[in-house]
Amino acid sequence: MGLTNSSVGIKAVDSGLVIQKQSPDDRVVALAGNPNVGKSTVFNGLTGMNQHTGNWPGKTVTNAQGCCSTKSHAYVMVDIPGTYSLMAHSAEEEVARNFICFGDPDAVVVVCDATCLERNLNLVLQTIEISPRVVVCVNLMDEAKRKNIKINLELLSTRLGVPVVGTTARKKKSLRILMDSLDQVCSGPAQRAPFAVRYADAIEASIAQLEPLVKEKCGGKLNSRWLSLKLLDQDESLIREINAYLGERFLQDNTLQNAIAQAKTILMDRGIENEDQLKDLTVSALVQSAETICQGAITYEDRQYAAADRKLDKILTSKLTGYPVMIALLALVFWLTITGANYPSQLLSNGLFWIQDRLTEFFAYIHAPAWLHGVLVLGVYRVLAWVVSVMLPPMAIFFPLFTLLEDAGYLPRIAYNLDKPFKRCCACGKQALCMCMGFGCNAAGIIGCRIIDSPRERLLAILTNNFVPCNGRFPTLIAILTMFFVGTSGGAFSSLLSALLLTGIIVLGVAITLVVTKVLSKTLLKGMPSSFTLELPPYRKPQIGKVIVRSIFDRTLFVLGRAICVAAPAGLVIWLMANISVGGISVLNHCASFLDPFARLMGLDGVILIAFVLGFPANEIVIPIIIMAYMAQGSILELDSLVEMRNLFLQNGWTWITAVSTMLFSLNHWPCSTTLLTIKKETGSWKWTAIAAAIPTAVGVAVCILFTTITRVFA
Amino acid sequence: MNEHFCLNDITPGQHAVVSALQSTGSMRRRLLDIGLIENTDVECLGRSPGGDPSAFLIRGAVIAIRSEDCENILIHAS
Repeated sequence: MGLTNSSVGIKAVDSGLVIQKQSPDDRVVALAGNPNVGKSTVFNGLTGMNQHTGNWPGKTVTNAQGCCSTKSHAYVMVDIPGTYSLMAHSAEEEVARNFICFGDPDAVVVVCDATCLERNLNLVLQTIEISPRVVVCVNLMDEAKRKNIKINLELLSTRLGVPVVGTTARKKKSLRILMDSLDQVCSGPAQRAPFAVRYADAIEASIAQLEPLVKEKCGGKLNSRWLSLKLLDQDESLIREINAYLGERFLQDNTLQNAIAQAKTILMDRGIENEDQLKDLTVSALVQSAETICQGAITYEDRQYAAADRKLDKILTSKLTGYPVMIALLALVFWLTITGANYPSQLLSNGLFWIQDRLTEFFAYIHAPAWLHGVLVLGVYRVLAWVVSVMLPPMAIFFPLFTLLEDAGYLPRIAYNLDKPFKRCCACGKQALCMCMGFGCNAAGIIGCRIIDSPRERLLAILTNNFVPCNGRFPTLIAILTMFFVGTSGGAFSSLLSALLLTGIIVLGVAITLVVTKVLSKTLLKGMPSSFTLELPPYRKPQIGKVIVRSIFDRTLFVLGRAICVAAPAGLVIWLMANISVGGISVLNHCASFLDPFARLMGLDGVILIAFVLGFPANEIVIPIIIMAYMAQGSILELDSLVEMRNLFLQNGWTWITAVSTMLFSLNHWPCSTTLLTIKKETGSWKWTAIAAAIPTAVGVAVCILFTTITRVFA
Repeated sequence: MNEHFCLNDITPGQHAVVSALQSTGSMRRRLLDIGLIENTDVECLGRSPGGDPSAFLIRGAVIAIRSEDCENILIHAS
């Protein structure tokens, strides 16, 4: 028993997921649950890991695993995507279902939302049908308590026949009782018979007809009652998995096929003529069972428990205030980012360039050759210093702020607000959620597109994600805005203006997203908007301290680390290009002058365009490359403030048209290499990856040429 | 209200009970999954700024559904 890598189950679950046991005795536990019930928080609490958490359904789209242990057992916990049921509809739900059904976990913990327990029981009941080794973890007990919802856990446990424990995953202590129950479940045979859902008479009769044979044929590998029901249902994707798990011979068996046909006749005779009717009756039985189980076990002492949420929803999603509040919040986040980042950015830059001077002295002291000093200090170190001082402060402020909004539950409201415009473009509002993720990192945004069910709409979201500037591009935009449009004098007013302009750029990005989505829907990806449901979770008070710590350590430092890894070699290459001459002109100048005529057409110059090309590994290094290239040609050697940077740019012929064009091209150009690789992985096609690179580039070139031509005519 | 009303016909604040589900395919399964079966009580909570989709309280959870999908959810007075 247990998991072996050779077993078809595990490998088929999610490409890349191989259960890593520390020892063969480790028990594998799946953490299942409806979307957004705090599974990842439970997971983090148990394993001490830091899976990203957020208050919106669909945050976890892949399986994650971690270890934890008690006195009696060591466990490998697997955090699987949230799902309402095990009758999979979307890619990520299929991942969840396959793991529970065919991943052979030793136990399943179904995490439930205490404030919405009845609906959560649907999944619990379906899980119990497959495996009796289930622990129901009623999470968010603190929220239920605040809302005066009383839950009788013992009564529920008696009725369900499996352990039911209440937890508040944010408080680690409450998880101990969960582990105790898990030990119990894993230690011996089930004590009680778990609750069996009773279906309509016709279904029960046909199951009774089929089950003995199924039991004999599948040899105890799967629960025979569950398998019988699923065989009657003939769900295509499930049948595929059953074939992979039990071998194709299982379903090709003639006696079994005959028995299935016979069982179906029983259904037909009693008026259940197709799979849809069967599914309806199955689900109805589940929902009704959940209702019965909850009767008397859950009491709402305050019918108006969600009044505060409704009031907030009125402000955040109403016709009058929905959009203005959304834009105001965006501007507020930018304003805080820009204002807050200004001072530390300056401080960091001073500090880092002070170190550069000391490094230069050191190199002079040891009589290092000039080229070595050039490569290491003026090349590698200086680009690194730029990336760190320009990027770190805005990110360290933006990420936590954004995570606060995410934790509070605002993101699904954005999707709700924007569904109508997206529907007009034959797409869906969940695309807005992917865009929000794209603010952090487009690669993350593209993985997040898995929450969209319809493959067509998912592809639309993937292809257009790059129109939202990621964190690598924000500093570029902020720096240019500050230098050319707001003034570098600082002050609350100028940072407010920067924030408003930046918000304008984002709104432009959203507008372009909508237009491109619409054009794609009418050409390459023809189709109608599919139906959609979106859950709007209760608002939660974010854990501010934790959010700040986690978003700095998990996201900011991670992204910064990546940028540094790219920036260091890029600094080297750039320095070499700027300092190796062919025919008296540096390689960089050769390249720049080659691109120059075309770049001028777009309102840029050759250096800027080459910076974007060289910034392909990471957008963060675009501005440092421009600076380095200009400095190699110019006379300024010290550059430690935006004022000097502005002077450098002006010396090299920048006008406000250049600045706007650079920002436009930053917003619309090819995605970075990481993003493109992610697109390849998600779409499985080089064709779509190429299209994903071509669309924003074409848009960028067109928009820049259009803008430059028009302004030159009028200026 | 009689049997011919659909979910679009209740305005924010109003309750109704589902009498039949006419949706098909994956939408039908999705709605069933969230517990929207016959005789389920539904309350309309509000509409998004564009007027569509609308938010409904279904078995303790707030779910946004588009108007064309609401057309397939028949209701009667609670």
